[in-house]
Amino acid sequence: MLNYIWSFLIITGIIYASFTGQIEGLNESIISSAKDAVDLLILMAGVIGMWSGFLNIAEESGLTKYLSEKMRPLLHFLFPNIPKNHEANDYICANFIANILGLGWACTPTGLKAMKALKKLHEDCDTASDEMCTFLILNISSLQIIPMNMIAYRASYGSPSPMAVIAPGLISTAITTILAVIICTILTKKRDDVRRYHA
Amino acid sequence: MKLISYLSLFLIPMVIFYIIVYAALQKKPVFELFLKGVKQGFLTVVEIAPTIIGLLVAIGIFRSSGVLDFICNMLKPLENLLPFPIQILPLALLKMFSASGANALLFDIFKNYGTDSYVGFSASILLCCTETLFYTISVYFMSVKIKKTRWVVPVGILLSLVSLILSAWIARMYV
Repeated sequence: MLNYIWSFLIITGIIYASFTGQIEGLNESIISSAKDAVDLLILMAGVIGMWSGFLNIAEESGLTKYLSEKMRPLLHFLFPNIPKNHEANDYICANFIANILGLGWACTPTGLKAMKALKKLHEDCDTASDEMCTFLILNISSLQIIPMNMIAYRASYGSPSPMAVIAPGLISTAITTILAVIICTILTKKRDDVRRYHA
Repeated sequence: MKLISYLSLFLIPMVIFYIIVYAALQKKPVFELFLKGVKQGFLTVVEIAPTIIGLLVAIGIFRSSGVLDFICNMLKPLENLLPFPIQILPLALLKMFSASGANALLFDIFKNYGTDSYVGFSASILLCCTETLFYTISVYFMSVKIKKTRWVVPVGILLSLVSLILSAWIARMYV
């Protein structure tokens, strides 16, 4: 799927640009976007490095374990097939907290660790497990309490009420998150039924 | 409202403070643990570097070619039928791939339509409730070598579409 989307972007971009005479700008952006990517990676190395440092402290001190125990009922509802004391629970919990607080790139190290832990449950398999799918979809629905970046952007462009976005933002992300949970439960449940049917 | 902005400034420092105090109370070697984590974090960044370069180059080609404007111009006659302002459609599409690209477009919208117009306000809500779909999917799945992504992409696109319509709908009630 990703292979198709990636090549679609490049192919349509190049064809359209050649027919509309924008080939010069295209050349420029091919090189500059590769350069921008590395600039972004350097920035990321700093921020992700820092958050991974703090995450490691939280992990080794048992803080993530403590928090995931508090969130156990919710985690069990969303991911019924993860064993009770599996480390995946801790990372998923840390990732959700980072997402909800809007810690930005703190989500990436926690998310990747969660994915690795989930992979351990299905070793040697190149197909996404139910848990991975649910975890990703919940990440994408991006439940967040205070959209700090957006408030700052609105303020810098002279909005009379930069914070007016908080309530509507919260309502819309809550609705998409609830929708995401419903879709994930339906899709994963269906597969359980199939499995039981075959067994 | 002032209180919220004041409190939000405390969010990141408080998270860090809490982590450090919790660990220090158990007499853990906090600084050593931190350094170990940073090293892991660097490796993470190296690991996701190819995906980021690949995505940004593809989206760079797509953006500079002007296909997005073309799609919007094509849909222009249908403007009144769509349940959202046409100007935020490219924003929703770009946000699937890159947050910085979407932000650049958001600033254009703020400049041209104002932050609290119907278009500006729906754009603000939209970026609050969508995530960089393909960045997350490719970085997360590539890191564990998953090739078959099953229903994640279609469901993700569906959620983005719902957010698009929802933000325009909520903005309509406010403006």
